[in-house]
Formats: sequence, structure tokens, C-alpha cells
Amino acid sequence: MRRSVTSYWIGFAVILGLLIIAPLVLPEFWRRFVTEILIWGLLAMSSDILVGYTGMVSFGHSVFFGLGMYCAAAALLTIKPPNLWLAILYGLAGAFVVASFVAYFATRLRDIYFSITTLVFSQIFYVIIFTWTEVTGGENGLAFSQPPLSIPGLWSGRFTPETLHWFVLAVVTASFLILRRVTQSPFGMVLQAIRENEPRARAIGYSVERYKIVAVMLSGLFAGLAGVLYAVQNKFTAPDFVFFLVSGEVVIFNVMGGMGTLVGPVVGAAFFLLLREGLSRYFTEYYLIPVGIIFTAMVIFMPQGILGFARRRLNQ
Amino acid sequence: MAIGLEQILIQTVNGIVNGMILALVASGLTLIFGIMDVVNFAHGDLVMLGGFVGAVTIAATGNFWLALLVAAVVIAVFGAVLQATTLRPLIGRDPLTTILATFGISLVLQKYAIWQWGPSARRIQEPITGNFSFFYLQYPWYRILTAVLATAIIGALYLFLRYGKYGIWIRATTQDRVMAQAMGIPVPLVHTAVFAIGAGMAAASGVLFGPLGGVTQNIGLDFTLRAFIVVVVGGMGNLGGSILASIFISLLEAYAALIVSPAQAVIVSFVALILTLLFRPTGLFVPTPK
Amino acid sequence: MLALNNVHTYYGKSHILHGVSIEVQPGEVVGLLGRNGVGKSTTLKTVMGLVRPSEGSVTFEGRQIGGMAPHHLAHLGIAWVPEDRRIFRLLTVMENLRTGLERPGVTEARRKEMLDKVYASFPVLAERREQAGGTLSGGEQQMLAIARAMMLEPKIILLDEPTEGLMPRMVGQISEIINVLHGEGVAILLVEQNVPLTLEASNRVYIMEKGLVRHHAPAADLRANHAVIHQYLGI
Repeated sequence: MRRSVTSYWIGFAVILGLLIIAPLVLPEFWRRFVTEILIWGLLAMSSDILVGYTGMVSFGHSVFFGLGMYCAAAALLTIKPPNLWLAILYGLAGAFVVASFVAYFATRLRDIYFSITTLVFSQIFYVIIFTWTEVTGGENGLAFSQPPLSIPGLWSGRFTPETLHWFVLAVVTASFLILRRVTQSPFGMVLQAIRENEPRARAIGYSVERYKIVAVMLSGLFAGLAGVLYAVQNKFTAPDFVFFLVSGEVVIFNVMGGMGTLVGPVVGAAFFLLLREGLSRYFTEYYLIPVGIIFTAMVIFMPQGILGFARRRLNQ
Repeated sequence: MAIGLEQILIQTVNGIVNGMILALVASGLTLIFGIMDVVNFAHGDLVMLGGFVGAVTIAATGNFWLALLVAAVVIAVFGAVLQATTLRPLIGRDPLTTILATFGISLVLQKYAIWQWGPSARRIQEPITGNFSFFYLQYPWYRILTAVLATAIIGALYLFLRYGKYGIWIRATTQDRVMAQAMGIPVPLVHTAVFAIGAGMAAASGVLFGPLGGVTQNIGLDFTLRAFIVVVVGGMGNLGGSILASIFISLLEAYAALIVSPAQAVIVSFVALILTLLFRPTGLFVPTPK
Repeated sequence: MLALNNVHTYYGKSHILHGVSIEVQPGEVVGLLGRNGVGKSTTLKTVMGLVRPSEGSVTFEGRQIGGMAPHHLAHLGIAWVPEDRRIFRLLTVMENLRTGLERPGVTEARRKEMLDKVYASFPVLAERREQAGGTLSGGEQQMLAIARAMMLEPKIILLDEPTEGLMPRMVGQISEIINVLHGEGVAILLVEQNVPLTLEASNRVYIMEKGLVRHHAPAADLRANHAVIHQYLGI
């Protein structure tokens, strides 16, 4: 056991190191690509808490993500001078409010009903954002300028592509470590127990509702954080990101990478984005056809995802 | 803002017409769920594919009725193949797996439709034009025809289930899959057949809906969402309930459309779903469970 | 005709059957006795293809049937009357019977013949033929379950605790039905808690304990000597 723990951290350090030098060696396009993978990876990790660990398939992550984005946009547009930390705060607050709603439903509905409801939620928000043009910019979304990176009292300056990447990396890494801590803790174990056999967890005496609420809140907050990062990186928001398809894609990352592993979904995100990159050369915008087929095949034949598959191979 | 009586009347009929089309889709979905616990995320996309096949057939032959038949048969067969290859291996696994699998299928079907037929909408010409006059109101004949046809198809389904030998097989399998097998009923075949029936009915809706709303690949998600809502509000697995719920939801939306834009009217059905789940989760049109 | 040989089954990680070996010859009535939870029902379910043996073999008329789908087994001539009867509650009595009647190879005439015969043997069912199965009493449901199995014209019927929860008068009727079936040459594998009925009706009896067959004797011997029964069943 010791060996695998140290090798885990060694691997982690290696990858972290690579990600740090990335912006210095990669061409612009690929640098942005890596930053995007990190952001989607964070989103996927947040979803994994619900899907992989607690066993609740949610199609509502697009709402947390989108709201994080739009609220950050709100902060950046309404408060002058634009402040990075306020944007994060607004984004998290928005995600928090929505997460509370979803958490309420999570405790009242099981499985499929929960999934359908999150889907419906997603669409409600999409319709609202799409049609409330005065506030949300409707179809065209909102554009705004990037806030400066300011550490109060220490230093303030505009983001460069490198520093932006490092900032995102720092946030995502910190989130990963926090989430990892949570999932490895007794709390995380209970979540998995709920996924495996909810009635039994309840019978043992766990207040399943409470755990589910915390899981949803946690998941929602980190998803909102991902939304904020995305807004800061791209300087615009659009209703497309609230469309449930985004949640669907996130679930795809989870399944492809390996549910319930935290790292898996990040791998899944990277895999999906790379597939998209590669396949769109040949299939142009129809890349989703082969990707969809691969995904469906994986659900049937390789439900443990890439990571689960690799783990099995390595154990042999 | 005064809403005239005629408008309310017209919306009522519209609600019923749309409701019957939706009922055709939802009854297939609820049948499938009732018999094999599969929540078919791709069901709306079967509607969409039916619409396209219908549009292509009409373009080639000019015959609406032929298009209706061809679409239903082709998509039914496609549904059977789909179920036998991708969904059968998943029987007995976590129900979430079928949601994910059918979601994947839905993605593929949607993108395939764009690839195959292009992003612009297809039009299907209605077989009967002209309006029916009721006092001083005018109402399109075609819409009335749609409601009649949809009712006829659902009626035929009901009779088939009630009286045919295969209807007994389907009902027995829905009630107790294991015992049905022990009685010699080939349950895996029954599953495939039911999926095919559901797919065929969905395809028929797609063709019927064609002249009303056009055929694009967006209608897939729209129908799937609405059908889900209907199935939950009507009671999962409850055929009669899903028909009543379809009409109920469509009426709500039709009336809401008098006040807000159609894009926003759809929120009404979402709210209905959420309220149902909160207060009567087994379904609004289901007698209180004993 | 039917033979289980060293059959092991699991339910998740629980080892239920630890190597069960049982035989039923054509036309025999074989009893299977034992306390609750020893695996009697599981044995029947394994024969019916509802449980897959992890080890050992199940053969019927010389061919391996372990792992075959239940609907094939029904066509081969094995009928199952489960412990909780499992009537199709929302189907009428008539429709319940039809699930077994409507088989390939059965002519319209033969079907009518079988129905008439069943209604004659079970007048109660004739009376209630258009009623939903769920509205029947416990005893009536048991009759329906047996009648339904008979519609398959089986070579062997797997009867799981047919007298459970029935009034004494009904128990007598069940006993009669078993005799009639025996008279027609249908083999029966009878799982029961009711010892006297089992000893009375069976040719041979197996006694199970904790997933294994512990004792096996002709019913006549056990009728004469109750010590064994006391030992395993505590009666």
C-alpha cells in the first residue's frame, strides 16, 4: 500500500511539473487547449462527486457552471474596477443558491426522477437566460474584460497567458487536493456506501439526506468555480454553456475517464477534448458521431472507464 | 390585455391536438419503461428520425400515407436492432447505465441526422389542406386529422394489448418478467418487440407533426423532455395516465402561450413536473397507491 | 429424467447450495423436505433456469440444461409453480391460463379440450374465469397457479410449498390434485413444509439441511420410521 501511495504522489508531481512548464514550451493554441482541459477537468471532478461517488447522475451541472460564469460576468461588468476576487465570490454565490435548490430535490427524489429533474432544471435556466435578453444578453451572451490578477497588498497586474495558465492550474490543483481529501475521508466513504446500497446505508444509521445535500453543495460550488475560471479565461459567456448538453458532455468525461476516481474524469476530459480535436480534422463538426459511438460502447463494455481499465491492466 | 373567447377555444383545440401527438410518443415511452425499466433518452430522436424518413419518402413519392407507413416501419425495425444490440446487454445492470447509453445513442442520432440531411428544416406537406368551419371560427382540417389518427393508433395499441395473444404476452411480461419466462413466453423477444412498437409510434408522431412544426434535429430533445414529463406526471408505466397527462400538459402550454412567448410557455410543463414530483410522485393521474 | 449432480450456487457471496444431487424419474413424485432456508426453493429455481449453478450439472432427459433460459425449459416440459404463486394479478383467470395455452404446436381443438378439462377439475376457476387474478383468494390462486402450469402439458412440475397458508380443506384438495397429476404420469418435485402430506403423496423423499441433501429414502420407510424426520426437522 505504501508503494502505491508514494508512486501516486510521484506521478502527481510529475504531471504537475509538466503542467507548469507547459505554457513556456507550447505554442499558443495548445497552451489554451491545456488550460481548457484543466477547467473542464475541474468541472468533471465536481460532477464526479455526485455521479461517481454518490451515484446520482445529474444533468444539471451546466447550471452550476453557467451560473458561475454569468455571475462572474455580472461582477466584472457592474463593479468598476473589475475585481478578480469579487468575480469568484459572485460566481460561487450564484452556484451556491442554485445548488441549494438542487440539493433540496436531491433529497426528495431518487435515481431517474432526480436525473430527469436536473435535466429539466437545466433547460429552465437555459430558457430564462436565453430569453431574458436585457439582463443576460440573450443569445449573444455577455462580453467583458479580463480582471487583473491582484493579490491585495502584494501586487497587481494584468494576466499574461502564462500567469493565467498558472492561476488556473493553482486553483484546479487546490480544488483537486481539497476534493481528494474529502473523498478519502470518512465522509467520502459514506457517499460511496450510499452509491452502493442506499437502503443499507440508511439502515446503518447514516442520515442519507444530509450527506446528499453536502455532496450536491460541494459539487455545485466547484462547478461554479470552473465557470468563473472559464469566464475569466475567455472573457465572454453565452447561453450555450447552460444548455444541458454541457452537462451531458461532463457525464461523458466522467464515464470515459472512470467514475469515482477524481483523476479519472480529468483524464476523461482530456481524452474527449483530444478526440474532438483529432476527429474534427476528418469529420469536421460531426465529430460527435464517432465520439458518441465510442462513449456508448464504453458504457456497455468498459464501464470502469479508461482509468479503471488501465488499473486492471497494471494490476496484472 | 383581453384574451378573447375564440382564442381560448382555439388554444383548447390546439392543446388537444398537440396532446394527442405527444400521447403517441409518451405511450411508447411508458410502455418501454413499464416492461423493461429502460428510460429511453433517445426516444425523441426516434420521433425526429421518423420525421426525416417521412419527409424523404414524401419527396420521392408525394404520398403522405405511404410516408407515414414507411417511417413507422423503418424506425420500428431500427428500434428493434438498436435494442437487440445495445440495450439487451445492459439488462440487469444499474439503471443509470441505460440512461447513459441511451444518452450516447441520442447524441449520435442527432448528429447523424444533421450529417445525413443537413441542418435546415424539412417540410412535410399536409395531405389535406383547408379549414373546417365551426360557426365563425376556422380550424385547419389537418390538425383535426392528426388528432384523429393519433387517437386511432393509440386505440389500436390498446385493443392489441387487451385482446391479442401477444398482448397477453406483453402484459404478463410487464407484470412479472420471471414468471412470464417460466410460462414459456420468450421475454427477450417481447422486449425487442415492445421497443420496436414504441419506436414505430414515435416515428409516426414525427411524420404527423411534420406539417405542423417542420422536421429538424432539435425536435428530438424537445419531444424527449416533454415525453419524460408526461410519463412522470401520468405515472410511469401507466398507459391511460400518460394519455391524460399528455393532453393536460399540452393544454397548459397552449394556454400559457396566450400570455408568454411559446419558448417560455414550455416552462409551464417543467413546473408541472416539479410540482408532481414533490407532491404526487407516483403520478397525477394514478389512483392513490393502496 | 431430471438429475441435479453436485450443484453449487451462490447469491452474491453467499454459498447457498453446497453440492446438491437429486434425481426424479418419469412419473415419480419426489418430496423435498427441510427447514426454512436450507435451499429447497433455490433448488427448484436452479432447475428452472432462474439461478445459474456455479458448479455441477443439471440434466433433463439427457441434455444439459444448467444455464438455459427459463422459456426454453418451459417448452422442454418443465413447469414451475412458485412459492408465492405469482399469479398475473392484472390478467383474468382465463388470460392467466392462456399464457400457458398459447404455445406453438397446440391446435385450437386441443386448447379447447385442455380448458374444458381444467374448468371441470377446478369449477371455482370456471366461475371466476373473467375475474382478475388478484381478486382470487389464496386457495383459488394456488389452484390457478397449478392449473396454469398444467396448460404447458409438462413432463415434470416443480411445486414449491403449495399448501402454505391454506386452510385444511384446501390442503386436502391440493393433495388430491397431486394424486390426479401423478395418475396422469406427470412427475412432480414437491417442496413442502407439510410432512404428512409429503410422505403420503411421494414415492421418494430427500431431506435437505444447510444446502446439502442429508438423507434420502423411499417415502414408505419414512412413514414407518419417524426418527429421521425428528432428527432433521425437529417435528
